[in-house]
Amino acid sequence: MADASSTASRKTWWVVADIVVILYALVPVLWILSLSFKTADTITDGSFIPRSWTFENYAQVFQIDLFTSALINSIGISIIATVLAVVVGTMAAYAIARLDFPGKKLLVGVSLLIAMFPQVSLVSPLFDIERAVGLFDTWPGLILPYITFALPLAIYTLSAFFREIPWELEKAAKMDGATPLQAFRSIIVPLAAPGVFTTAILVFIFCWNDFLFAVSLTSTRASQTATVAIANFTGASEFAEPTGSIAAAAVLLTIPIIIFVLLFQRRIVAGLTSGAVKG
Amino acid sequence: MADIVLDEITKRYPDGTIGVDKASFEIADGEFIILVGPSGCGKSTTLNMIAGLEDISEGELRIGGQRVNEKAPKDRDIAMVFQSYALYPHMNVRENMAFPLKIAKMDKDEINRKVEEAAKILDLTHHLDRKPANMSGGQRQRVAMGRAIVRSPKAFLMDEPLSNLDAKLRVQMRTMVSKLQQRLGTTTVYVTHDQTEAMTLGDRIVVMRGGHIQQIGSPQTLYDTPANLFVAGFIGSPAMNFLPAKLEEGTFRTPLGDLSLTDELRSKLESANAPRELIVGIRPEHFEDAALVEDHQKARGSVFTAEVDVLESMGSDKFAYFAVEGEQAISDDLADLAADAGTADVPGGDSGQIVTRLSASSTVAEGERSEVWVDTGKIQVFDPQSGKNLTTREAAPATA
Repeated sequence: MADASSTASRKTWWVVADIVVILYALVPVLWILSLSFKTADTITDGSFIPRSWTFENYAQVFQIDLFTSALINSIGISIIATVLAVVVGTMAAYAIARLDFPGKKLLVGVSLLIAMFPQVSLVSPLFDIERAVGLFDTWPGLILPYITFALPLAIYTLSAFFREIPWELEKAAKMDGATPLQAFRSIIVPLAAPGVFTTAILVFIFCWNDFLFAVSLTSTRASQTATVAIANFTGASEFAEPTGSIAAAAVLLTIPIIIFVLLFQRRIVAGLTSGAVKG
Repeated sequence: MADIVLDEITKRYPDGTIGVDKASFEIADGEFIILVGPSGCGKSTTLNMIAGLEDISEGELRIGGQRVNEKAPKDRDIAMVFQSYALYPHMNVRENMAFPLKIAKMDKDEINRKVEEAAKILDLTHHLDRKPANMSGGQRQRVAMGRAIVRSPKAFLMDEPLSNLDAKLRVQMRTMVSKLQQRLGTTTVYVTHDQTEAMTLGDRIVVMRGGHIQQIGSPQTLYDTPANLFVAGFIGSPAMNFLPAKLEEGTFRTPLGDLSLTDELRSKLESANAPRELIVGIRPEHFEDAALVEDHQKARGSVFTAEVDVLESMGSDKFAYFAVEGEQAISDDLADLAADAGTADVPGGDSGQIVTRLSASSTVAEGERSEVWVDTGKIQVFDPQSGKNLTTREAAPATA
C-alpha cells in the first residue's frame, strides 16, 4: 500500500488541516476572551493580547444584578427543560425503536416537521398565547417551547441508540422474570446511557444558547435569561462602552457548557460514535 | 419441573400468514425434545410461543397441567437461552447470573450461594467478575446457560444456542448441554436447524416444515422410518439418496439399474395401493463394494455398475460418489430441502449423483467403473405426489 513517505506527507497535511480548523473556530473565542480582559481605553486598540489587563469587566457584569438573576434563570430553565425533554424523549424514542403501534410513522413525521419548522414564525402566536394564558414572562413560558423544539432532537438521537440495543436482551430480561418496566430500567436505560448523556448535552446547549424565544417571551428579571441580559447591556445606558462587559458576560456564559462537556466528554465520544455506526 | 403440552397451537400473523399450523405434541417431565427444521419452518416461533414472547393465536398451551396462554413470560417460570446469548453487557458474570434471582427478590446470601453453585457446574468460578465483552464465545455461552439454571425453572428453552460457536467448540458444548440436562433432569425444548445436533441431543425430535409438524419420534425412529421424503432427506448426513423409480414386473427400474423388491416390500406397496411412478430412497451405508459382499448376502440385494466420480477416504470408511445419468427424482419436498441447503443440489437429485458409504477395505478407485451392491431390504419407497413413505406407513404415520 502506501509507502512511508506518502504516509508522512499525508500526516503533515492532516495536521495542517486540523490546525486551520481549530484556529478558525477558536480565534473569535480568544478574541472575546481578550476583549473581556481589556480596560475601557484599550478596548479598541486592535491588539490581540491586552496591553493592560483588568478584571474590571467581570466585576462590572456581576454588579448588574439583572445579569445575576438572568444567570440563575438560564441555569434553572435549561436544566428543567433538559431533564423533562430527555425523560419524555427516552420513552418516546424507546417506543419508536421497539414497538409497532398505529400512527408511528405519523408521529415520527410530525416530530421531524416540528424540528424543521422555522421557529421565528411561531414567536408572535406564542407571544399572544402565553399572554392570554398567563405564561408570559414565567419559567414555564420558556420551558414549554424549549421542550417542544428539543424533543424531536432528543427522540431522533435516542431512537438511534435504542435501535442498537439487541432486542434479545429485553426478551432475556422478560424470561428472567422482569416486568417491562424493570427490563427498561435495569437493562435498557443503562445501556442507552451514552445516548442519554449525548442527548442531554445537545438539548442543554440548545436551551442555554436560545435567544429568540427568550427575548420574545420574557420581559423582566423574573424569567429573562442570560443571553437576553447580555443583549440588554447595550440598551442599558448607564455604561458608556458596554463592549467589555458583553465580552466578559459571553465568556461567563460559555463556562457552564465547557464544564458540562468536559465532565461527560468520554461518554459523549463513546455515545456519538456508537450512534454513528448504524444511526 | 413440569410437562408441557401443546394442543393445536397456531400462530397467525396480522397479515394472515400462518407461522405455525395446529402444532400438537406433549413433552414429558424431564424430557429433552428438539425442534428441528429449515429456516422459516416455525420452530423458533413455536419456542417463542412456549416462552410467552409471542402470542398464541389459537390452541392451548399447558405447562404442568395449567393453561398459560395468557400468562406473561415471567409468570411461566421457564428460562431461555438465546442464540446471541443475550448477556447484559453492563453487568459482570456474577450480576448476569444473579439477575433473575434479584428480580425474584431472593435474599443476597441465597443468591450468592446459587450463583456460585451454578458457576461451579459450568466451570465459571474464576470468571465471575469478568464482563461478557472480555470473554470467549464458549464462556459467554456458559454464562447464558448459568443464567438459565440458577433459577431452577420448570423448563429450559434453547434457541439455537450453539450455532454461533465454531465447529470444534460446538461439539464440546453439545456434550456439555447433554450432560447438564441429564444432571438437572429439567424439561428442555431445544431449537436447531442442525440435524446432527438434533440426532445427538434429543430424546425425541420434532421435525417441522412450513409451520407443519412432519414427524415426531426418537432419533433412531426418524432415521430408520422417516414418515416422508422431507424427513428422510433432512435427517442423516450425508443425506439419503433419492432416485426416480418405475415399478415394473416386480422390480424397480431406476437410472442406476434395476433393483429387485423384497416380498415384504412388494406386499406393503400393494396394500398401500402404490402408483407405478415412485421415488426410492437409499441411505449411503446401505451400499457396499460388491467385491466385499458375500454371495448369500448378495442375493438379498441388487448389484449395479457405475463410474466413481469422487472418492473420499475417511479412514474408517470411504465415501464414493457415483454419477447417475437419466432423469432425477422430482418432488416438492426435495425442492424444499434443496432451497434450504442453499443449492439446487438435491441429494442425489439435480446433480445426478449418489453417495455411497463403502468399507475402508474397498478397492474402488476414482474414474473407474465399479460394481456396487445395494441392500434392497433397506430401501425406502416414497409417493412422489404426497411425499409419503410407503414402506413404513403403518409403522409411523405422518402425525404421530
